Amino acid sequence: MTVQPSPSDFALALDQLQLGRRGRVSAIDWALLGTQEAARLRHFGFDPDVMVEPLHAGPFGRDPLAVKVGRMTVAIRRVHARAIRVVPAD
Amino acid sequence: MTLPAPLVAVVGNPNAGKSALFNALTGARQKVGNYPGVTVERKSGRAALPDGRPVELVDLPGTYALEPSSPDEAVTRKVLEGNQLGERRPDALLVVVDASNLDNHLRFALELRSLGLPMVVALNMIDMAARDGLTVSAEQLSQAIGLPVVETVAVRRRGLDAVREALEAAIGRPVAPVPVPADLAREARRIAAAAVVSEAPVRRWTHRLDRVLLHPVAGVAILALVMFAMFQAVFAWSETPIGWIEDGMAMLGTLVTDALPEGAVRSLLVDGIIGGVGAVVVFLPQILILFLFILLLEGTGYMVRAAFLMDRLMGTAGLSGRAFIPLLSSFACAVPGIMATRTIDNEKDRLTTILVAPLMTCSARLPVYTLIIAAFIPHREIAPFVNLQGAVMFGLYLAGIVGALLAALALRKTVARGAASSFMMELPKYQMPALKDVALGLWQRTVIFLKRAGGIILVTTVLLWALASFPKAGPGENQSEVSIAGRIASGIEVVVKPIGFNHDIALALLPSMAAREVAVSAIATVYALNESDEAQLEQSLAERLRGAWPLPTALAFLAWFVFAPQCISTIAVTRRETNSWRWPLFMVGYLFTLAYLAAGATYWTAVALGL
Repeated sequence: MTVQPSPSDFALALDQLQLGRRGRVSAIDWALLGTQEAARLRHFGFDPDVMVEPLHAGPFGRDPLAVKVGRMTVAIRRVHARAIRVVPAD
Repeated sequence: MTLPAPLVAVVGNPNAGKSALFNALTGARQKVGNYPGVTVERKSGRAALPDGRPVELVDLPGTYALEPSSPDEAVTRKVLEGNQLGERRPDALLVVVDASNLDNHLRFALELRSLGLPMVVALNMIDMAARDGLTVSAEQLSQAIGLPVVETVAVRRRGLDAVREALEAAIGRPVAPVPVPADLAREARRIAAAAVVSEAPVRRWTHRLDRVLLHPVAGVAILALVMFAMFQAVFAWSETPIGWIEDGMAMLGTLVTDALPEGAVRSLLVDGIIGGVGAVVVFLPQILILFLFILLLEGTGYMVRAAFLMDRLMGTAGLSGRAFIPLLSSFACAVPGIMATRTIDNEKDRLTTILVAPLMTCSARLPVYTLIIAAFIPHREIAPFVNLQGAVMFGLYLAGIVGALLAALALRKTVARGAASSFMMELPKYQMPALKDVALGLWQRTVIFLKRAGGIILVTTVLLWALASFPKAGPGENQSEVSIAGRIASGIEVVVKPIGFNHDIALALLPSMAAREVAVSAIATVYALNESDEAQLEQSLAERLRGAWPLPTALAFLAWFVFAPQCISTIAVTRRETNSWRWPLFMVGYLFTLAYLAAGATYWTAVALGL
């Protein structure tokens, strides 16, 4: 008997997603974020089912990340990107 | 009695082009102020409706949602609910949304419907959407959200008449509040998808530019170049206009000297007011050039990229990338630098940035450094292309930067302890800013600078002039010793003697509280007053200092100026921006302590080395 894996089994943290690789947000661990940061991420449009794509990484320690979310690009630090789980697309 | 003009609040997400639309509608006749009790800027202006009725527009801070997550956003919410001190409740809202970013911006627009205010939606940057291959239908959007929608391109002044007409139709028409949808974000995305008629895949400009400008190597190199060009411009382009201002002030001084009889009034006008205010106005060219660069970098969208590149480095000092620009500005002058910290939304980040900004070597320190270096540091090559004088100057800059980073770390662990710094910013699309918007911004910032710095300087110079002029010296006495200032200097001397300072320096420290560069003219005055010998008067100030000060004293004086908060304007702007006396007093205290320790350490090390 084979168990069909659910997409979230392939989920990884957004900061682990390769630059230029698209992913679909599967869950956000709001508990990992401060209230202000959580609110800001929501305002930026981070939400389950939204497509995201890390585009650039900062020159020092590859931090922060420039992430495309919906139609806009935002800069967030890796420590916050870690709270966002994504399933790589295609 | 006439009713006040209807109030229209311009609201929208950051980067929606809100301020550009506000500028386009109101023109240059704007009032810039502050909301009482908070450091949030209030901008208002007037516009006329097509029927000739005037309306007052107020440009509210860019906001993502009604639930505030920064002091700016809290003001927006209070104004919209009619609870903000110093503002009546708006009669209508002009909601600005970016047509190329509807899924995000519609969320706030949908939320605003719950307020029950008449609303007009400006579908802005419709040209940018087209550039991104998007065709957005204003009509379909209007139907979906039940609000009038007008297409605009604010930076190109397009769609303004339609906005005015829509406002005219909306004002005064009662509207029922629309409840906020249960899943607001999802609903916004659904409506946005429906309003986008077609989407063609195009290589986006912003994306292509970012590949270069955010590149780990090329991006950093370009940032360094931009910074270098900015400093070059601030110092090189300003030379000529500074010369004009100095000549103008000198002419004015001569004019007044010739027109008035000798006495206290003439001395007050020439030495106090013209001399003192002139000392500040002289910095205006540099500050204008600096502001011009900052406005262009902000307007094009590059500023956020600079913050992105520097965030990690700033993070090691407990600061955020957003602190980069304020600190960079502080190299020209800490006053605009501290004013620029308003963009930092983490309160502790902002406080730390304000407190360390005076450590950046501002241009007012240059005259002091130049004089002392010319007098005491030999002009000698220590390596190919490296001159000892230049190396010392560089060392002084470096000492300021290192001092600021260490101070930031220490402050973040003590008085500014709190949540770790964070960095969350939207990277807006690159665009050419409208020249009119840049010119208007330049004008407004200049007025604010002159008002803040000029006012304070005027008061302090008059005060210092009085202290230095009275009581009058009798025959055989020295004005610089008899005056109140001279006596205070004798008191200061007791304190600064252990770090190698003499009475002349003690006397110069007092007036240079108004502005650092005044130290040079104060020292010059002391020597001019005390020397009656013609031959000695002809010596340059540098030569005279060389004879009068031992080298350890001169080096200690330099070290002092790296840290000392010798600037009333900075203290005043800190008081304004932190809304308390606590932080400016703390800043003065910690900087004087650092200055004292650094000067003392320098003096005694130099003495021990037998310099």
